[in-house]
Amino acid sequence: MDLILEGIRKAFYLIFTLDREVLGITLLSLRVSGTATLISLFIGITTGTIVALTRFPGRQLVVSIINTGMGLPPVVVGLFVTIFLWRNGPLGFLEILYTPTAIILAQAVIATPIVTGITLASIQNLPANLRLQILALGATRVQMIWLLVKEARLPLLAAVMAGFGGIISEVGASIMVGGNIKGYSRVLTTATVMETGRGNFDIAIALSIILMLLAFFVNAILTQIQQRERPR
Amino acid sequence: MNGFAKKGLLAATIAALLMVATVAPSLAAPAQKNLILATTTSTQDSGLLDVLIPLFEKKTGYFVKTIAVGSGQAMSMGQKGEADVLLVHSPAAEKKFMADGNGVDRLIVMHNDFVVVGPAADPAGIMGAKSAPEAFKKIAGAGALFLSRGDNSGTHAKEKGIWKAAGIATEGQKWYQETGLGMGQTLNVAAEKKGNTLTDRGTYLALKKNLAGLPILVEGDAILLNVYHVIGVNPAKWPKVNADGAKAFSDFMVSADTQGVIKTFGVEKYGGPLFFPDAGKPEYN
Repeated sequence: MDLILEGIRKAFYLIFTLDREVLGITLLSLRVSGTATLISLFIGITTGTIVALTRFPGRQLVVSIINTGMGLPPVVVGLFVTIFLWRNGPLGFLEILYTPTAIILAQAVIATPIVTGITLASIQNLPANLRLQILALGATRVQMIWLLVKEARLPLLAAVMAGFGGIISEVGASIMVGGNIKGYSRVLTTATVMETGRGNFDIAIALSIILMLLAFFVNAILTQIQQRERPR
Repeated sequence: MNGFAKKGLLAATIAALLMVATVAPSLAAPAQKNLILATTTSTQDSGLLDVLIPLFEKKTGYFVKTIAVGSGQAMSMGQKGEADVLLVHSPAAEKKFMADGNGVDRLIVMHNDFVVVGPAADPAGIMGAKSAPEAFKKIAGAGALFLSRGDNSGTHAKEKGIWKAAGIATEGQKWYQETGLGMGQTLNVAAEKKGNTLTDRGTYLALKKNLAGLPILVEGDAILLNVYHVIGVNPAKWPKVNADGAKAFSDFMVSADTQGVIKTFGVEKYGGPLFFPDAGKPEYN
């Protein structure tokens, strides 16, 4: 119990004294996971909308794959991204293994199926007649898609939260592709693992608390946006 | 409406690109400035590298990417040309690594020793055992819990060597458990489960404050010597290896200044040195 209290005390100490290393780690976590979420939103919302609105042979299989991908294990992603990014691997020429960019890549791979799956479900959940109605009113195809995405914005914000929440708290892929390099690719989760290994439990608890506060504030802001308008 | 959609998309794209761009400069440094050091968890968990790496970077301008894994994994990274320089402590595997032509310039850097730790109650009665294999025999005989790293690290290799010397097969034994974790975490597991384990003294001393019920039971046997070497990865085999950087790092590790830092590292905090400098000395057998 003393340890937990000491950890909480340490967390607030590190936050309020603006400890440079902890601040750097926190900002990197936010930047890496924020960028990865943005990338996953582009790919995920586009793919999800396309799959939701079109019918093609093998569609069921594609939807099943997307839904399975929503539970993609981060370590598996980490392993494959590492193998691809090795110097002598297929993407070795990029020279991005053990950099923050590599973490962004791995996290985007993890978050994209989550965003795709939720987009797919929420677009499909819209009343079927809505599409016909929009088209009947003379909208172009692009206008119709935009209106549908707008209509589904509440569940889509849930997709943002699920995607971001999934990757900011992820450790397996980040440590494998980022390498947990001090002052460079060390994020909150990998730092927590390392400090635990070093037996610095107070710092590990402090980092965990900072991570949870960060996740809370990001989600609180998104929820604020989501709940501003009541769904019709 | 259509225009608005396009603008929104454009703005978001630009925002995303900007975020990526802000990350990019940190990796814009020339490729040969990056040096990948694959090493053991003990050098990181003890805090030694946190002291040495900044000194090296300041002195030479290289940017070191320290990947702390077990010695076994560090050498397999070297074998695949995915690391530039190794700092490892698994002599038998290192000799094989060199014999297979994977490395250049294997230099002795420092040593400390392994110790056998276990619960203060010592159910296996190994306290004061004459040798490590004898202690391991007693552990097996009593069926006392033993926690193995189980991760091909240097410590794991040493542990397997001692079991072999004791003539005991641990495979499938109920009292023998593999954590698959680093040294620090394995020590915590041993303390929690009241088990015995083999640890390097450096990590043990660094973590001692959390290991109240886990005293050193066996130490001082010659077999428990723990020697660290620095090895450059063979650039003839892997052209992408940063050979100059590896050479600079090896030179740095065996330089008089660095050896002095190693000698005094941890003295103030733990009351004694964690590592003993060895550069230029003959190999131990």
